[in-house]
Amino acid sequence: MSPVNRREAEVRRILEEPQPSVPPDLYAEAVRRGGRMLRRRTVARRLMWLVLLAAVVAFVVWLSVAQPWVEPPSETTPPLTGW
Amino acid sequence: MRERQASRNARRAREFEAFVAGAAGRLMHAATLLTAEPPDDNPRARRLLTAALAHTYALWDRLHGEDPYDRTRQYLAVRFARGAWHQYGGLGRPRPRGRPDSTLRHLTPQERLILVLRMYEGVAEEQAAALLGLPTERVRAICARAMATLLHPPREAAPPIAKVVPS
Repeated sequence: MSPVNRREAEVRRILEEPQPSVPPDLYAEAVRRGGRMLRRRTVARRLMWLVLLAAVVAFVVWLSVAQPWVEPPSETTPPLTGW
Repeated sequence: MRERQASRNARRAREFEAFVAGAAGRLMHAATLLTAEPPDDNPRARRLLTAALAHTYALWDRLHGEDPYDRTRQYLAVRFARGAWHQYGGLGRPRPRGRPDSTLRHLTPQERLILVLRMYEGVAEEQAAALLGLPTERVRAICARAMATLLHPPREAAPPIAKVVPS
Protein backbone atom coordinates (compact mmCIF):
# COMPACT_ATOMS: atom_id res chain seq x y z
CA MET A 1 0.00 0.00 0.00
CA SER A 2 1.51 3.29 -1.06
CA PRO A 3 1.72 6.16 1.42
CA VAL A 4 -0.84 8.14 -0.57
CA ASN A 5 -3.34 5.29 -0.41
CA ARG A 6 -2.70 4.85 3.28
CA ARG A 7 -3.33 8.54 3.89
CA GLU A 8 -6.54 8.38 1.87
CA ALA A 9 -7.72 5.31 3.77
CA GLU A 10 -6.97 7.06 7.04
CA VAL A 11 -8.95 10.14 5.97
CA ARG A 12 -11.86 7.97 4.86
CA ARG A 13 -11.84 6.22 8.20
CA ILE A 14 -11.97 9.56 10.04
CA LEU A 15 -14.82 10.77 7.84
CA GLU A 16 -16.84 7.59 8.35
CA GLU A 17 -16.67 7.72 12.11
CA PRO A 18 -19.53 9.67 13.70
CA GLN A 19 -22.87 8.53 12.32
CA PRO A 20 -25.64 11.08 12.80
CA SER A 21 -29.17 9.77 13.11
CA VAL A 22 -31.72 10.64 10.45
CA PRO A 23 -34.52 12.84 11.83
CA PRO A 24 -37.86 11.00 11.61
CA ASP A 25 -39.75 13.87 9.96
CA LEU A 26 -37.21 14.33 7.17
CA TYR A 27 -39.28 12.53 4.54
CA ALA A 28 -42.54 14.27 5.43
CA GLU A 29 -40.91 17.69 5.51
CA ALA A 30 -39.16 17.14 2.18
CA VAL A 31 -42.40 15.98 0.55
CA ARG A 32 -44.27 18.96 1.99
CA ARG A 33 -41.76 21.49 0.71
CA GLY A 34 -41.21 19.69 -2.59
CA GLY A 35 -44.96 19.46 -3.15
CA ARG A 36 -45.32 23.15 -2.42
CA MET A 37 -42.62 23.89 -4.99
CA LEU A 38 -44.45 21.74 -7.56
CA ARG A 39 -47.79 23.43 -6.90
CA ARG A 40 -46.23 26.87 -7.18
CA ARG A 41 -44.63 25.93 -10.44
CA THR A 42 -47.95 24.65 -11.77
CA VAL A 43 -49.69 27.88 -10.78
CA ALA A 44 -46.92 29.97 -12.33
CA ARG A 45 -47.11 27.98 -15.56
CA ARG A 46 -50.88 28.38 -15.76
CA LEU A 47 -50.59 32.07 -15.09
CA MET A 48 -48.03 32.40 -17.87
CA TRP A 49 -50.29 30.64 -20.37
CA LEU A 50 -53.21 32.81 -19.27
CA VAL A 51 -51.24 36.01 -19.81
CA LEU A 52 -50.02 34.74 -23.18
CA LEU A 53 -53.58 33.89 -24.24
CA ALA A 54 -54.87 37.28 -23.10
CA ALA A 55 -52.10 39.00 -25.06
CA VAL A 56 -52.96 37.05 -28.23
CA VAL A 57 -56.67 37.84 -27.87
CA ALA A 58 -55.95 41.53 -27.29
CA PHE A 59 -53.69 41.62 -30.33
CA VAL A 60 -56.31 39.99 -32.56
CA VAL A 61 -58.98 42.40 -31.35
CA TRP A 62 -56.71 45.35 -32.02
CA LEU A 63 -55.92 43.99 -35.50
CA SER A 64 -59.60 43.66 -36.37
CA VAL A 65 -60.36 47.17 -35.13
CA ALA A 66 -57.38 49.11 -36.42
CA GLN A 67 -56.70 47.06 -39.58
CA PRO A 68 -53.15 48.34 -39.94
CA TRP A 69 -52.66 46.64 -43.33
CA VAL A 70 -55.16 48.99 -45.01
CA GLU A 71 -53.39 51.89 -46.70
CA PRO A 72 -54.40 55.12 -44.93
CA PRO A 73 -55.95 57.86 -47.08
CA SER A 74 -53.38 60.33 -48.28
CA GLU A 75 -53.19 63.58 -46.35
CA THR A 76 -50.46 65.51 -48.18
CA THR A 77 -51.63 65.32 -51.77
CA PRO A 78 -55.05 66.89 -52.34
CA PRO A 79 -57.57 64.60 -53.99
CA LEU A 80 -57.38 64.88 -57.77
CA THR A 81 -60.77 66.05 -58.96
CA GLY A 82 -62.25 67.89 -61.93
CA TRP A 83 -59.87 67.37 -64.87
CA MET B 1 -56.51 13.68 -16.71
CA ARG B 2 -57.13 14.02 -12.99
CA GLU B 3 -56.75 10.29 -12.48
CA ARG B 4 -53.47 10.25 -14.34
CA GLN B 5 -52.24 13.11 -12.17
CA ALA B 6 -53.25 11.26 -9.01
CA SER B 7 -51.55 8.05 -10.08
CA ARG B 8 -48.42 9.97 -10.98
CA ASN B 9 -48.42 11.65 -7.56
CA ALA B 10 -48.81 8.29 -5.84
CA ARG B 11 -46.01 6.76 -7.86
CA ARG B 12 -43.72 9.69 -7.19
CA ALA B 13 -44.43 9.53 -3.46
CA ARG B 14 -43.73 5.79 -3.41
CA GLU B 15 -40.48 6.01 -5.32
CA PHE B 16 -39.32 9.03 -3.39
CA GLU B 17 -40.01 7.32 -0.07
CA ALA B 18 -37.91 4.34 -1.11
CA PHE B 19 -35.14 6.69 -2.22
CA VAL B 20 -35.17 8.62 1.07
CA ALA B 21 -35.21 5.42 3.10
CA GLY B 22 -32.12 4.22 1.26
CA ALA B 23 -30.13 7.41 0.89
CA ALA B 24 -31.02 9.65 3.82
CA GLY B 25 -28.50 8.15 6.24
CA ARG B 26 -25.53 8.69 3.99
CA LEU B 27 -26.67 12.14 2.85
CA MET B 28 -27.32 13.17 6.45
CA HIS B 29 -23.79 12.15 7.36
CA ALA B 30 -22.35 14.06 4.41
CA ALA B 31 -24.36 17.17 5.32
CA THR B 32 -23.22 16.96 8.93
CA LEU B 33 -19.61 16.70 7.79
CA LEU B 34 -20.09 19.76 5.58
CA THR B 35 -21.49 21.94 8.31
CA ALA B 36 -18.94 20.63 10.86
CA GLU B 37 -21.64 20.11 13.44
CA PRO B 38 -21.59 17.35 16.06
CA PRO B 39 -23.59 14.29 14.93
CA ASP B 40 -26.20 14.61 17.66
CA ASP B 41 -26.90 18.32 17.24
CA ASN B 42 -26.98 19.30 13.58
CA PRO B 43 -29.81 21.73 12.81
CA ARG B 44 -28.00 23.33 9.90
CA ALA B 45 -27.24 20.01 8.23
CA ARG B 46 -30.88 19.02 8.63
CA ARG B 47 -32.09 22.22 7.01
CA LEU B 48 -29.62 21.75 4.18
CA LEU B 49 -30.64 18.15 3.56
CA THR B 50 -34.38 18.90 3.79
CA ALA B 51 -34.00 21.61 1.16
CA ALA B 52 -31.99 19.30 -1.10
CA LEU B 53 -34.51 16.47 -0.77
CA ALA B 54 -37.43 18.83 -1.42
CA HIS B 55 -35.66 19.96 -4.57
CA THR B 56 -35.19 16.35 -5.67
CA TYR B 57 -38.86 15.62 -4.98
CA ALA B 58 -39.91 18.58 -7.08
CA LEU B 59 -37.93 17.42 -10.12
CA TRP B 60 -38.61 13.72 -9.63
CA ASP B 61 -40.84 13.46 -12.72
CA ARG B 62 -38.22 15.13 -14.90
CA LEU B 63 -35.22 13.04 -13.87
CA HIS B 64 -35.40 10.89 -17.03
CA GLY B 65 -33.24 8.11 -15.69
CA GLU B 66 -30.71 10.36 -13.95
CA ASP B 67 -29.51 9.27 -10.54
CA PRO B 68 -31.58 11.08 -7.88
CA TYR B 69 -28.79 10.55 -5.33
CA ASP B 70 -26.38 12.35 -7.62
CA ARG B 71 -28.77 15.25 -8.13
CA THR B 72 -29.42 15.58 -4.41
CA ARG B 73 -25.70 15.56 -3.69
CA GLN B 74 -25.07 18.21 -6.34
CA TYR B 75 -27.78 20.44 -4.97
CA LEU B 76 -26.50 19.92 -1.43
CA ALA B 77 -22.96 20.88 -2.43
CA VAL B 78 -23.95 23.93 -4.44
CA ARG B 79 -26.34 25.18 -1.80
CA PHE B 80 -23.72 24.71 0.90
CA ALA B 81 -21.13 26.56 -1.19
CA ARG B 82 -23.55 29.43 -1.76
CA GLY B 83 -24.55 29.52 1.91
CA ALA B 84 -20.94 29.56 3.00
CA TRP B 85 -20.30 32.39 0.56
CA HIS B 86 -23.12 34.50 1.97
CA GLN B 87 -22.42 33.68 5.56
CA TYR B 88 -18.69 34.07 5.67
CA GLY B 89 -18.01 36.37 2.73
CA GLY B 90 -16.07 33.88 0.64
CA LEU B 91 -15.42 30.17 0.69
CA GLY B 92 -11.72 30.31 1.40
CA ARG B 93 -11.72 32.40 4.54
CA PRO B 94 -10.63 30.37 7.50
CA ARG B 95 -12.11 32.72 10.11
CA PRO B 96 -15.21 30.93 11.40
CA ARG B 97 -14.24 27.56 12.78
CA GLY B 98 -16.61 24.65 13.20
CA ARG B 99 -17.97 23.59 16.55
CA PRO B 100 -15.23 22.45 18.93
CA ASP B 101 -16.47 18.86 19.13
CA SER B 102 -16.54 18.23 15.40
CA THR B 103 -13.97 16.19 13.51
CA LEU B 104 -13.54 18.74 10.75
CA ARG B 105 -13.34 21.83 12.92
CA HIS B 106 -9.95 22.91 11.63
CA LEU B 107 -11.00 23.05 7.98
CA THR B 108 -12.53 25.93 6.07
CA PRO B 109 -15.97 25.41 4.50
CA GLN B 110 -14.41 25.01 1.07
CA GLU B 111 -11.90 22.45 2.31
CA ARG B 112 -14.71 20.52 3.99
CA LEU B 113 -16.82 20.62 0.86
CA ILE B 114 -14.08 19.31 -1.40
CA LEU B 115 -12.90 16.75 1.13
CA VAL B 116 -16.41 15.37 1.58
CA LEU B 117 -17.07 15.28 -2.16
CA ARG B 118 -13.76 13.61 -2.98
CA MET B 119 -13.08 11.33 -0.04
CA TYR B 120 -16.47 10.57 1.50
CA GLU B 121 -18.65 10.58 -1.63
CA GLY B 122 -15.92 9.47 -4.02
CA VAL B 123 -16.72 12.09 -6.67
CA ALA B 124 -14.02 12.35 -9.35
CA GLU B 125 -11.76 15.39 -9.30
CA GLU B 126 -13.03 16.63 -12.66
CA GLN B 127 -16.65 16.35 -11.62
CA ALA B 128 -16.09 18.13 -8.33
CA ALA B 129 -14.20 20.88 -10.16
CA ALA B 130 -16.98 21.28 -12.72
CA LEU B 131 -19.61 21.34 -10.00
CA LEU B 132 -17.88 24.10 -8.05
CA GLY B 133 -16.54 26.01 -11.05
CA LEU B 134 -12.89 25.59 -10.06
CA PRO B 135 -9.87 24.34 -12.02
CA THR B 136 -9.04 20.68 -11.42
CA GLU B 137 -5.58 21.52 -10.08
CA ARG B 138 -7.11 23.78 -7.50
CA VAL B 139 -9.46 21.05 -6.33
CA ARG B 140 -6.52 18.68 -6.04
CA ALA B 141 -4.48 21.21 -4.05
CA ILE B 142 -7.34 22.04 -1.70
CA CYS B 143 -8.05 18.35 -1.15
CA ALA B 144 -4.41 17.65 -0.34
CA ARG B 145 -4.32 20.57 2.09
CA ALA B 146 -7.53 19.46 3.75
CA MET B 147 -6.20 15.91 4.14
CA ALA B 148 -2.98 17.20 5.65
CA THR B 149 -4.88 19.39 8.10
CA LEU B 150 -7.19 16.54 9.03
CA LEU B 151 -4.39 14.04 9.63
CA HIS B 152 -2.15 16.50 11.48
CA PRO B 153 -4.47 19.00 13.14
CA PRO B 154 -2.76 22.18 14.29
CA ARG B 155 -2.42 22.91 17.96
CA GLU B 156 -5.14 25.10 19.40
CA ALA B 157 -3.06 28.25 19.01
CA ALA B 158 -1.87 28.54 15.45
CA PRO B 159 1.80 27.54 15.35
CA PRO B 160 4.25 30.25 14.34
CA ILE B 161 5.71 30.02 10.91
CA ALA B 162 8.51 27.48 11.01
CA LYS B 163 12.01 28.70 10.34
CA VAL B 164 13.49 27.59 7.09
CA VAL B 165 16.02 24.91 7.89
CA PRO B 166 18.94 24.86 5.49
CA SER B 167 19.21 21.41 4.01
